[in-house]
Amino acid sequence: MNIIKNRYLYFFISLLVIIPGIVYMGLNWQQTKAGPLQLGIDFRGGSLLEVQFAGPRPTAEEITALYKDFSTEEEPIADPQVQSLDLDSISIRSKAMTDETKGKIVSEMETRFGSKVTVLDFTSVSASVGGEVTRAAGLAILFAAAAILIYIWWAFRSVEHAYRYGTAAIIAMLHDVLVVLGAEAILGYYLGWEADALFLTALLTVIGFSVHDTIVVFDRVRENSHIYRRVEYEKMVNHSIVQTLDRSITTQLTVMFTLFALVLFGGESIRHFVVILLVGIFSGTYSSIFNAAPILVVWENREWNTWFKRKEAAL
Amino acid sequence: MRNRNNWLILIVLLIAFSLWVDLSNSLTVYNPISDLPLVDRDVTVKLGLDLRGGLQALLEADVPADTVVTAEELTNAKNILQNRANALGVSEISMQTAGDRRIIAEFPGVTNPEEVVASLKQTALLEFVDMGNAPVAEGTKINTDFGVENPAATTDTGETIYHTVMTGAGLQTASVGRDQAGKYLISFELKGDATKIFADYTTSHVGQYLAIVLDKEVVSAPRINQAITDGSGQISGSFTQDAAQTLAIQLRSGALPIPIKVVQSRTVGATLGEESIHKSVTAGVIGLVVIILFMGFNYRLPGIIADLALICYALFSLMLFKMIPVTLTLPGIAGFILSVGMAVDANVLIFERLKEELRAGRRLDLAIDLAWSRAWPSIRDSNTSTLITCFILFIFGSTFGASIVKGFSVTLALGVLVSLFTAIIVTRTFLHTILDRIKIAEHPRWFGL
Repeated sequence: MNIIKNRYLYFFISLLVIIPGIVYMGLNWQQTKAGPLQLGIDFRGGSLLEVQFAGPRPTAEEITALYKDFSTEEEPIADPQVQSLDLDSISIRSKAMTDETKGKIVSEMETRFGSKVTVLDFTSVSASVGGEVTRAAGLAILFAAAAILIYIWWAFRSVEHAYRYGTAAIIAMLHDVLVVLGAEAILGYYLGWEADALFLTALLTVIGFSVHDTIVVFDRVRENSHIYRRVEYEKMVNHSIVQTLDRSITTQLTVMFTLFALVLFGGESIRHFVVILLVGIFSGTYSSIFNAAPILVVWENREWNTWFKRKEAAL
Repeated sequence: MRNRNNWLILIVLLIAFSLWVDLSNSLTVYNPISDLPLVDRDVTVKLGLDLRGGLQALLEADVPADTVVTAEELTNAKNILQNRANALGVSEISMQTAGDRRIIAEFPGVTNPEEVVASLKQTALLEFVDMGNAPVAEGTKINTDFGVENPAATTDTGETIYHTVMTGAGLQTASVGRDQAGKYLISFELKGDATKIFADYTTSHVGQYLAIVLDKEVVSAPRINQAITDGSGQISGSFTQDAAQTLAIQLRSGALPIPIKVVQSRTVGATLGEESIHKSVTAGVIGLVVIILFMGFNYRLPGIIADLALICYALFSLMLFKMIPVTLTLPGIAGFILSVGMAVDANVLIFERLKEELRAGRRLDLAIDLAWSRAWPSIRDSNTSTLITCFILFIFGSTFGASIVKGFSVTLALGVLVSLFTAIIVTRTFLHTILDRIKIAEHPRWFGL
């Protein structure tokens, strides 16, 4: 099996997945004017109220009218987005409001719609906190990347050009981050999935797993580089990938099993989170085999010198 | 060989201990001589708000962004809020400072978040109350006539209504000091108009008791030893340094050292939480069963041994979650299930190596040792990178009050650490124990060859 030989095909496949994601990030930006994803209230501030009605469920118009009555200068909640959940519940998104206002709204619902109302979930985040969380998330990812780069550099100090391994692992990681962001952008655009704190957790997990997986492949390269000193670098890297392929597939399968179990039986509240994890972990395995290790070869051969000179070199 | 037996004994002991913890709600060990409990620990699983329902509020100092809030102010505010919250009678309240201007407050199981938040935001009421000649004990709840028009002498139920001489609004400062004997006392100074009221009152009530009452609860009831006319005075009593400090803060602020506002609030209904926990547990069990079948099928004898190690892993982890204790949240359970995948990965790495070594024609016991030592660097480095990510997540979660993220990182990190132990030590010990009893050369198929 020669994976390294077709490396540009695999890079191309990655681009085929990443580019639509980036396009949808642009579309989201155009639509929301806030960011590349449909950001949830954790990041942009606002409130989310999920209520269950024992009696008849009011229409979206009735809810909007009710919210309008409670809208004030400080809490401009006049323009809520109302969505139906299951058969008897609704979720209402609006600007941030206090628990006090929420209490008034819920009791008004009970009198106006003549039905017992149960609050399933209520979250309210002020806009300033939301912005801060977004910045902190960006920083957390940068810190994680930097820490991992330094760790790999140190762990691979016994091989030549140890920094290449760290850098290649980070590039593969960025690949996975882009795939996950793209998937979220597409799902957000069509299904209205919002990026929340759980999405951030999923993204950070994918980062951890991606590097975990890449290191296993690189570890074989490290070991083989001491054993097969005479063998061409390209062949040695390919051999390392093939040797770890069984393990990569087995691990991938076991993680997929648990995640599928979570998607199927884990309930609505974490489904979004698990789907993103599935996409990210699949991407993590792909990138460690088909991107990270081939990047080492591209770097070793300094192939970028030929990219723009001869046509047959590309693809 | 002896070393291996030691491990086996340790593992069996750990399994026994884990089963004990996992299956009970409290650990009680009695002293065999006196029959008194030596150890008595509650080891129920701590469930997070998203699983049991409740309110989480993120509170922030309500001061301009460029105003520095000191750590002391924030901690004092937290302590005062905690006292107020405890007075509500909600159990298992947790309050933590987050970053340099926030406090995360968690109220599991509350069904009236509006009232809880309102009571947190209210300003505590400090009163100086006339007790006459009969002081009541500290901590007693009393009725006062503050803000009541035409007060009666007793309530409808016959409890005394005491007279409020003045409120905390009249207080200028309060600080902790010591008397000649070295006992802690609190010195205070009054504002101009309050000085007059206080002077008149203390002059005519020498020898009687004046209670300091916070939110209708008697904090201390000192005797008026002499008239206080200069607007400054001391409260002596049997204070520890901490108690004096707390009282001084309460006197000084009457309220919080810094104004507080709610910037984030999250309420999860109990039904939603119950449903979530039920579903996650089902999903976890199904995922575990599928992995167990897959490993057994794929790796035969070693796979079945890895399955045993995996069951140990689940037992040990649950034991740790209960002992530490770790508060389980929905993402926390997800992190745990993910770490099962990583636990399996360590064994997969080793077994793939084992197959390679066996195919290369090595003797089994040698192959096992080689497989372990060769798989170790990749297991070490890959898990270290996961731990690094967990650490950064944990910091991120603690600083920004994102307890969801924090819960996930804690269970994932614990899972990774336990999995290193079970995948490496437990699997290997079990494998050798079985190999000592069978002739493997006769059964190559047991190893999937």
